[in-house]
Amino acid sequence: MTDIYLSDERATDPEIAAVNAALSAAGADPADPVVILETDRLYTSGTARRRQRRHFLLPALHALQNTAGWISPGGVNYVAEMLGVPPAEIFGVASFYDLLHTEAPDHLDDVFHVCVDSPCRIEGANDLADRLRAEGKHVHLGPCLGQCERAPALFVQGCGGRPDYVPADSAATGATAKAATGATTAQASDSATTQAPDSASTKASTEQPFLLPQAPNKSLRLLRRIGVVDPCSLDSYIAHGGYTALHRAAEIGAEAVLESVAASGLSGRGGAAFPTGVKWRAVAAESAQPEQSEQPKRSKQSKHVVANCDESEPGTFKDRIVMQHDPFALIESMTIAALSTGATQGWIYIRGEYPLATTRLQNAIKSARAAGLLGTNIADTQHQFDIVVRRGAGAYICGEETALFNSLEGFRGEPRNKPPFPTTHGLFGEPTAINNPETLLNVIDIVNEGADAYRSRGTERSPGTKLFCVSGRIGHAGLYETPFGITLGELIDLAGGVTGSGQLQAVLMGGAAGSFVGPDSLGLPLTLEDTRAAGTTLGSGVVMVFDTSVDMTDVVVRIAEFFRHESCGQCVPCRVGAVRQHETLVQMQHRGRLSPQRRALIDDMAEVMADASICGLGHTAASAVRSALSLGLISQAPISPGLISQASIS
Amino acid sequence: MSTTDTSDVTTDITTDTSDVTSEATTETSDVAETITETAVTITIDGRSVAVPEGATIGAACNAAGVNTPTLCWAENLTPVNVCRVCVVELEGSRALVPSCSRIAEQGMVIHTDTERVRHSRRMVLEFLGSSVDLSQTSDLHHWMDIYDADCDRYSEDDHDAKRVDEPVKIQDELYIRDYSKCVLCYKCVEACGDDAQHTFAIAVSGRGFDARISTEFDASLPDSACVYCGNCVAVCPTGALQFKTEYDLRQAEQWRPEDQTVTRTVCSYCGVGCNLELHVQDERIVKVTSPSDHSVTSGHLCIKGRFGWQYVHG
Amino acid sequence: MFGAGGGTSSYLEVQEADVILLWGSNAREAHPIFFHHVLKALDSGSRMYAIDPRRTSSAKFADRWLGISVGTDIALANAMGREIIAAGLHDRDFIARATTGFEKYKAHVEVCTLDYAAQVTGVPAEAVRDMAHAYASAPTAQILWTLGITEHHNAVDNVVSLCNLALLTGHVGRRGSGLCPLRGQNNVQGGGDMGAIPNRFPGFQDLTDPTIRAKFEAVYRTQLNSVPGKHLTLMFEAMAAGELRACYVIGENPADSEADVAHARKLMADLDILVVQDIFMTRTAEMADVVLPASLAWAESDGTVTSSERRVQRVRAAVPPPGQARHDIDIIAELARRLGFDWGHPSAEDLWEELRSLSPMHGGMSWERLEASGGLQWPCTSEDDPGTEFLHDWLWADDLRGHAPAPFSITHHVPPAEQLSEEFPLRLTTGRALDSYNTGVQSRGYVSPIRYGDAIDVSPVDAATLGVVDGERVLVSSPRGSVEMDVRIQPDIPAGLTFTTFHFPELVDANVLTNDEWDRRSGTSEFKAAAIRITKLNSENSENSENGSKRPTNQASQANQDLERSREHAPA
Repeated sequence: MTDIYLSDERATDPEIAAVNAALSAAGADPADPVVILETDRLYTSGTARRRQRRHFLLPALHALQNTAGWISPGGVNYVAEMLGVPPAEIFGVASFYDLLHTEAPDHLDDVFHVCVDSPCRIEGANDLADRLRAEGKHVHLGPCLGQCERAPALFVQGCGGRPDYVPADSAATGATAKAATGATTAQASDSATTQAPDSASTKASTEQPFLLPQAPNKSLRLLRRIGVVDPCSLDSYIAHGGYTALHRAAEIGAEAVLESVAASGLSGRGGAAFPTGVKWRAVAAESAQPEQSEQPKRSKQSKHVVANCDESEPGTFKDRIVMQHDPFALIESMTIAALSTGATQGWIYIRGEYPLATTRLQNAIKSARAAGLLGTNIADTQHQFDIVVRRGAGAYICGEETALFNSLEGFRGEPRNKPPFPTTHGLFGEPTAINNPETLLNVIDIVNEGADAYRSRGTERSPGTKLFCVSGRIGHAGLYETPFGITLGELIDLAGGVTGSGQLQAVLMGGAAGSFVGPDSLGLPLTLEDTRAAGTTLGSGVVMVFDTSVDMTDVVVRIAEFFRHESCGQCVPCRVGAVRQHETLVQMQHRGRLSPQRRALIDDMAEVMADASICGLGHTAASAVRSALSLGLISQAPISPGLISQASIS
Repeated sequence: MSTTDTSDVTTDITTDTSDVTSEATTETSDVAETITETAVTITIDGRSVAVPEGATIGAACNAAGVNTPTLCWAENLTPVNVCRVCVVELEGSRALVPSCSRIAEQGMVIHTDTERVRHSRRMVLEFLGSSVDLSQTSDLHHWMDIYDADCDRYSEDDHDAKRVDEPVKIQDELYIRDYSKCVLCYKCVEACGDDAQHTFAIAVSGRGFDARISTEFDASLPDSACVYCGNCVAVCPTGALQFKTEYDLRQAEQWRPEDQTVTRTVCSYCGVGCNLELHVQDERIVKVTSPSDHSVTSGHLCIKGRFGWQYVHG
Repeated sequence: MFGAGGGTSSYLEVQEADVILLWGSNAREAHPIFFHHVLKALDSGSRMYAIDPRRTSSAKFADRWLGISVGTDIALANAMGREIIAAGLHDRDFIARATTGFEKYKAHVEVCTLDYAAQVTGVPAEAVRDMAHAYASAPTAQILWTLGITEHHNAVDNVVSLCNLALLTGHVGRRGSGLCPLRGQNNVQGGGDMGAIPNRFPGFQDLTDPTIRAKFEAVYRTQLNSVPGKHLTLMFEAMAAGELRACYVIGENPADSEADVAHARKLMADLDILVVQDIFMTRTAEMADVVLPASLAWAESDGTVTSSERRVQRVRAAVPPPGQARHDIDIIAELARRLGFDWGHPSAEDLWEELRSLSPMHGGMSWERLEASGGLQWPCTSEDDPGTEFLHDWLWADDLRGHAPAPFSITHHVPPAEQLSEEFPLRLTTGRALDSYNTGVQSRGYVSPIRYGDAIDVSPVDAATLGVVDGERVLVSSPRGSVEMDVRIQPDIPAGLTFTTFHFPELVDANVLTNDEWDRRSGTSEFKAAAIRITKLNSENSENSENGSKRPTNQASQANQDLERSREHAPA
């Protein structure tokens, strides 16, 4: 029985079972569909029920994709019936995401996703893809997979009910000593044939400790438990100081926490560097239940804390490592955010290419719930808070906070116009504190040791420590934590110096949305204020190193292609501008030169994208390109067509 | 995309801090969804304009007699601010803001004709003109002249800029779809969806330049949820959606809007009293619309009102 | 009960209603643009209960659908009233100030318990209670209805039963609350307003009141008959009795639209003279002695029509009428001239200005104002009167502003006149489809991709019992006659109920089946409740009907294919 127009196709039994299981896991009762047949004379349904179910759409689509290798028409019809979402809307949502396919596949094998962004493309991504193809694997070349420290990166999307996995993680959890070192670049090819793990999370307790490139030392704050704590054990987390901050927060109260966070000067680590204290204060000031008198039909029901774990800025992998190896820290810090803002619902939106982090977070939530650290009476505070984990499905744009809301709510991941801001109109239109995991982790120290102690690290205007994702032609690619203020040169030295030719050509700061700096910037102190003054950005902490042997034209054209591929298509400047920019650069690559008119055109396009796009993607889609042009990184000599074809992904 | 900013964005969002805090402190009732009589005064191109609280910058521009181009805004739809051709400069904001949806706030200083505004509008028009067929988009060519848009500069001798190139879909006798004319303004989706009809037969599918308006799996309209209210056609600004009557006349080179009269009357079917605008050419009705400012229809009709007139001509 | 007949509220107000009872109305298909306003309400958080024997496309938007048995509306309404009183949810102040007869009503509905309602209506008691509480507790609430309420032998009792609920809860006479019948034709409201009712002058003024009659006589310059005339149903009775021998039909197609239509046709055929004035050569026109071709009222003529929200709006000529077709006003004036009265050549404006001089509720609606505005809502008594958004605000004035209090009515549940029997075990009810209209004379003019023709909707349970498949041609019989129809298996109707539209009388004479039992006060026939049986045809004998169906239902297309296949394999 359905309320919407459906075609004749029907879902298969495995599809139905998978969707039902996914709905159950996501908290929806498949036995309680949007239309309830109470008797043949009484049905219950309605707009409110439909709205309440829409956010189950993405989990249901994941289940369909995983079962049949695509979002089949029959599957769409079944989900439409269960959730009350019209098929055209489901199709619109499904076709938005890279990990969901709306055309029937010609096979039911797992799909091997190979990253072709930098640094993977300069570390043998094409060779890896060729090897996999030679093994008979179905290969999909795609954007950054968040494993840049072990480039070239590989992610396996399961089909026929087999789980998704990352061979490098499986190798690590499978106790291979070599993989566990974490920083080698050769391991991916070794692990290409690795089979899917039975269950990554249950094996974690016995795995070799993960080693950061930095030896454990006192300056590690956010990373101090990485490789030390058992990521699957709440007891282990508590034994290593976990949950002291939550108890302290409960003791000192919301107001004191808000004051400390504001006083600490903590700013957002996802890239925008917005003051966390201001954000939390704004959410705390919102009433969850406004007076019923004005508009009784509408009322904001609750407030939300969202962890933006859709880490997909090319070159960024910090959150993955934290979530995989210290998941309880994220749960604890989100709970503190909830206590201090009065939020009752927590959401983790994690990118779909992070299966191990997903299972570990789910496990951590379960353990915390069992221990009364999530639920209706958190740590005896009478406060109610629980967390739901939702997987993205392959869309860079969903890291933009309002696009993330739309995606999580079951709509296309298109950004919303701001204002209004998430603090008042966030998830489900309700007040929302949305933070990057790294940002949240800082709160634990701030609560534990106070704002003054926190500010003792870093600089006056950039207090605290920063995670840096160092990758590319570097001695030891990996995740580094230092106080703000370390210079770029010091960081590169800390990471083992430039490899390849040994001569630095450029560093990409902040990822594809960031900008290139040249060797003359090695003295640049890595703080918010210094990078801003220098016309570049720290962004999410990407420090991607290119030696002089790298063809930077290829790197830059790929960045343009990345934006062309990832533009959501909503606004004209970005939808068309990203295409025109890429076309212009490809033509430049063909001709080996860029005429003054073309160069002017690039600037024209960059300006409109930065000025008139809806969101940060469009605003920044030209910044790396322009910085590369102004640094003279782009080759003006013709290159062979073979390289061009390699540069293009299908 | 966990990072999207350069320093520019950081500045932008940091300057927005004041907005966040002021909103948090001043907002006691629900945000300005209901327009009250309280006036807000803003400055547009040096002139002071008072508009009701909750009015958009675009409404203020109208009040000030400043014309603003738009493709995606319509009186009877929720603003989606996607075409970006209406952007204006707001002092204190790093990026330009869409005048169609940005709510006017006391003291805002707006510029509608700066070099930045002209540049963005010109580029948006060029981007559209280089991608889709705008030949039937009314009003736009006027703006292209004003902003000196050159849609041809994206192609080079040996390279054509990518265009949206789709065959015309003719699947019934009531209306046609020609997506090579589609600027993706979202109006049809909104009219089919929760701004009016609630049928949700079409949605935006795909992503980026490949995004298209589509039924599920591109099913033909008669096999979709479409109920042929034609409200999508009525709001389409480019002729991508066209009544079959108009399409046929255009194909026969007999479509002459300058020779048409428009007469307002009331639908002959049920008792709701929907106002119709009968577009008549050569003493024959050639299409039917409804005034978007009418309280009954808001410009929307059902299949009978929209297409049920054909018996008039036998 | 409140005087003039019209919906109390404006369409826009439904957006402000917290609870909506959609009672016997498939507005999604029959009043689609009004339903847009309902959808806006639902989007903003209103709750809707749909009371309808069928789970209509409107009911699918409801928070709850209550699938009552056909013709049990009064039992449901009275049980709601009892529950509201028993739960103490009635508005005592309102009742005391603005109503009379509450105690009698209370005593009368005392026996209408939830269990009684469940037993009579077939809907669980809990749902009745839930709806009663939701309606009574809502800050604002509206009841919307259409022909599901009025096409019954006890139409007026049905309506006043709903009015009782509004009086009980004070859901009338204020913004957002009200009682709204949705009119089926574009000027059915205007027709009544203009005096096309047997006992009323324009503006619902009483024909039998000598003062009023004198006012009209002065302007009309003739003596007017003080005896109320006959409504349509009584006219047919008079034809049957031989009292009515001549009939002048303007813009109506009774030869297709009357219940028990075969009987009606016979009566019309026996008339001494039948004059038909229409825009189409309808079946009625074909029977006529004289046909007067008229221009289209809405596209070839100037004038006004009045909508369900009492909004008077201008219709305008946009195209010339074909052939000898003439404006209705011209035809009538010409007829008058030939009968010896020279009325000249009045324009629509002239007639309107005369009308508003006689009808106080239209008094403020000058032609210029109607021309300039998007319509004016009556009552609009002076030219500075903006018109009336909702009626009966006097109910909330301490002194009722001189009005008499509104009376509660006592109504009794009486089942449909035609009871189910062994011979006719299925209930047939009728209604409209989105893309078609009444007897189809207008809507057949365009090719609708969503048209499926007049199939008979049968529940899956009954289809199985009957052994019929989707798309199968069957014989449908009522005590009045039989027609062949295609079966459409429809999961949205409960077992025991069948449904058909009546848009294609040339293909399926559906009104052969309907019952002409009628309400003595409104004159409406009980289209909504006939008793029928469905019998299988020998498939070789049945012809596959082409109802212009472009899009069969999912099941239909499958079944059609199955049918095709079985035919292919059938022995020659």
